[in-house]
Order: sequence, then structure tokens, then C-alpha cells
Amino acid sequence: MYLRRKILSRMSDAWMLITLAMIILLPLIIGVALYFRASGLLQNTGLIHLLGTSEWLPHEKKFGFVPFIFSSLYVTTLAFAFSAPISFFAAIYLTQFSHGRMLKIMQPVIDILAGIPSVVYGVWGILVIVPFVSKVVAPAFHFTTSGYSILAGGMVLAVMCIPYMLNMLVESFLTVPQGLKEASFSLGATAWESVKHAVIRKSFPGIISSFGLGMAKAFGETLAVMMVVGNMVKLSLNPLEAGYPLPALIANNFGEMMSIPMYDSALMFAAFLLFIIIMAINLIFRYFIYKTQMR
Amino acid sequence: MNRFKRIEELVFKWICGIASYSLIGILGFIIIIIFVKGFNALSLEMIIEAPKGGYYYGGEGGVLNAIIGSLYIALGSSLLAIIIGVPAALYINVHLVRYKKIQNIIRYLLDALWGIPSIVYGAFGFSLMLYLGMNASLLAGIITVALLTTPIVIRTFDDVLDTIPKGLQEASFALGSTRSETAFKIIFKQGFSGFITAALLAFGRGIGDAASVLFTAGYTDLIPKNLDEPAATLPLAIFFQLGSPNPLVRERAFAAAAILTIIIMIISILARILSNKYSKLNLNN
Repeated sequence: MYLRRKILSRMSDAWMLITLAMIILLPLIIGVALYFRASGLLQNTGLIHLLGTSEWLPHEKKFGFVPFIFSSLYVTTLAFAFSAPISFFAAIYLTQFSHGRMLKIMQPVIDILAGIPSVVYGVWGILVIVPFVSKVVAPAFHFTTSGYSILAGGMVLAVMCIPYMLNMLVESFLTVPQGLKEASFSLGATAWESVKHAVIRKSFPGIISSFGLGMAKAFGETLAVMMVVGNMVKLSLNPLEAGYPLPALIANNFGEMMSIPMYDSALMFAAFLLFIIIMAINLIFRYFIYKTQMR
Repeated sequence: MNRFKRIEELVFKWICGIASYSLIGILGFIIIIIFVKGFNALSLEMIIEAPKGGYYYGGEGGVLNAIIGSLYIALGSSLLAIIIGVPAALYINVHLVRYKKIQNIIRYLLDALWGIPSIVYGAFGFSLMLYLGMNASLLAGIITVALLTTPIVIRTFDDVLDTIPKGLQEASFALGSTRSETAFKIIFKQGFSGFITAALLAFGRGIGDAASVLFTAGYTDLIPKNLDEPAATLPLAIFFQLGSPNPLVRERAFAAAAILTIIIMIISILARILSNKYSKLNLNN
């Protein structure tokens, strides 16, 4: 009996350790595997050439990633510009100015919205944002477009990012000690002043991290963006033109990639790029959060 | 000066208020649009039938194949994620309880892993599939989605386990139980509400995620019967139907989106109710 218990215990210890090790090593394995698959292209063309040219002609083995990286950055920046102010001020309102009841009601709503799959946001984008861009925004600038554009992608992404950022912002505002605000009030500060000078300053690393992680999420978002962004290889500063972000490139071309030489290697390189960038952003901003939590 | 301050105060309070109410407005708007558009095209046929011949040209049938496929993938992947994630989370909280620094590093890595987009998991899953010589199938989809949801399961479960008083473990050790016995028999029970939340969260992600199953699960009009058969998924069914020029087929995509949204909402609400119920039970014991 004793022996059986001991063996069982050892075995479950081992199993627990193995599972943990597997997950901890997962990012490394993903990185190495993607790099390995992309190495064919890297040896053939070279990193600087891949990241520095903008010609995309898979049949002629010309793979310039500039248009895709540009589109990704553009869409992400737009999404950030739309979603950051709204989620920032809404988080202040929910945690500082409104009753606690309001936050209690809002939290499940935010959770549900954060859980809605990206394809549903994409459907919503096609139904609402795309017509809005083509019928309202574009005519205002005397421009004709189908509506499938960088701007539409940015707007859909912004809506998707709001619940995600809002959640993190609310959390970081809630960790500000009540006493700090009370001290600020007792010095004669008004409600907004104490928010401005005490709450925001105290949770500044949290705010920056929420914004950073929100952008990382926007950068890697695939389906919703792909459905409204137009998917055309272009380099244009005009947000009413179509674009082609990195994740959309991967998702759109996976079917045919096996028939063209080096094409699958190029797509794997795109995935590798995405992985490295997002992992780096995540590691940096999560570090911020941990640093502040440990203090 | 004083007047300026008063104006600033008012302006910013208004901005904050407007931001949060417009937020509620936008979010309500999304749900309403999806449901109104979806319910117009929704019929019983959509839910209980698989596509028949010519479905994608406006023929008869429904999206049962995709609903079943998504449920299989979500169920299989959450099961796999639980098998890997629960022991790992318990290990962090029982075996490593005295190594605060290691715990923090692990949590840090897992959080970062949570942020990796599903398209990267999709690409990785696809390479893995090629490496192992598998075809696009239910099993490949399940494995890929499980990779995606395991960090979520671990971190969600771990968050709850972390709040359990450490005295409980010490009492269990003092009575002579081993670490793994303490983990699975005591700590797991105490953190059961977290387990429910984690499992349902993983399930929800598994149903809704599209980019990771795009290349790994394949797509078919048949309801899969085996693990090595390809499987349709609801998000991809929506995506492909939207690509059709036929307005009737596009309408059906909206209906499928409404179905997906309802499923997600049910899971989310269920998670809340169940986790509340079980965390209350723990307090009473």
C-alpha cells in the first residue's frame, strides 16, 4: 500500500513537471520551428532585402515585406488612435466617477465582448463599418472607395481592442490605494485634479502596459481585419485605400502556397516576424506590470 | 485661474462620461446588428441540417456540420488543455510554493504566451502537422487549438489557486500527505471555481477561434465521424459564406454569426454563474 502510494505520487509529480516544462518551452519551440521553416527564404534572399524592399511577386521569387509591415503598422496605429482615448476615459469614469454598481454591471458586459470571436466582429465590420466608410467618410473627402480599406480595418480593430484594453486599465486603476485619493481630496483637490495628479500618475506603468498590450493584440489580429481591409498589396498613405496586413497575408495564401516554390517559406517568415514582434512587445510590457505589482 | 479650473473639471468629467456611455452604445449596437441581421435569415433548417448539394449557391441545408465540428474541436481542445494545464497550474502553486521568483517568471512567460495571436499558432500547427505527416483533420485542429488555450487555462486556474490560504497546504503536509496528493485532493477542490472558469474560457476560445483552424482542421460539408477526418468550424463557415456573391448565402453567414454569438454568450454567462456557485460552496465548508 505504501509503495503504491509512493509510486503514484512520484508519477504524478513527474507528469506535473513535464506538462509545465512543455508549456514553458512552447514559445521557444514555436520560434525555432517557424525560423527553421523560414530559413530557406532567409538563405536565399537575406533579411535586409526581405525587410527593405517592397516588391511582392511570388512567381518571380521576389518577396518584399514592406507593404505588409506598413499596412500592419498603419492599421494598428489607427486602431490605437480610436480605441485608446475611449477606453482610457471610460476606465476613469467607471473606476473614479461612477458608483461601484455601474462597474459591477459593466464587467460581465466587457467580458462577453472580449469573448466574442473575431469573425463576428468582421461580420459587423462588413455590415456597418464598410458601408459607413464608402458612403459617409469617403464622399466627405471626395474620394470613391468600396469601403474595404485601411480605415475600416482600423475601426473594426479599435472596437475589438476596447474591451481588452478597458479590462486592463480598470484593473490598474483599481489598484491605486483609496488613501492616496483621500489625501489628495483633503489637500483641496477636485475630483478631476486628484485623478490627474494622483490616480493617473500612480498607475502610469499600468496605463502604458495596457496600451502596449492592446496594440500587440491589434497587430496580430487576423480574421476581422482581413474581412474588411481589402487585401491589396499597396503602399499608400491614404487610409481610404485598401491594405494588406501581415496576418491577412498568411491566412489568405495558405491554400496555394505549396504550388509556388519558396512561397511557403515566405509565409512562414511572415508568421515568424509576427511572433517575434508580438512576443517582444508582450515581454516588455508584461515586465512593466510585474515590476509595479511587486513593489 | 479658478474659473479655468472649474471649466477643466467639467470638461473632463463630461469627456469621461461620454466615453463610457458611447462605449455602451457601440457595444449594444454590435449585438443588435448581429442579432437583427442574423435572426432574419435564421431558420430551424440552419441548425439541424448539414449542407446539401448546391448549398453554397443558395441550395437547401444548414450549418450543422460546422456547429458539430466546432463543438468537437472546442470539446477536444479544452479536454487536452485541461489535461496539460491543470497539473501545470497545480505544480506552480504546490510544488513551487516556496520559490516566489520562479513562480513569477513562469507567470510572466505564460502571460506573454497568452498574447501570441492565433494565426501564429495556426502556422505553427500547420508546420507540426507537415512534420508529423498528418493531414488537415479534426485531430490536428484540436491539437493546435489546445496549444492556444493551454496558457489560458493555466493562468486562469492559477489566479484562483494563488488566493487559497497557504495554511491549508501546510495542514495537509502535516497530516502526512505527499505534494501531489495535496495538489489533486485538497488544492484542486478548493480551487474548483477557478477550474470551471478556466475550462469554460478555453471552450469559448475553442469555438470562436478561426485563424488557428484555418489550415489545420480543413473544411468539409460532412459531419466528422473520426479524428482523422477534416472538420468544418462555425467561424470558417461564416467566413466562407460571406465570400459568396449570392446574397442568400451571405444572409446565412449572418445567421451563423448570430448562432456563434449566442453560443459564446451562453458560455460566458454559464461561466459566471457556475464559478459564483462553487466559490460560495467553498466558503461554507
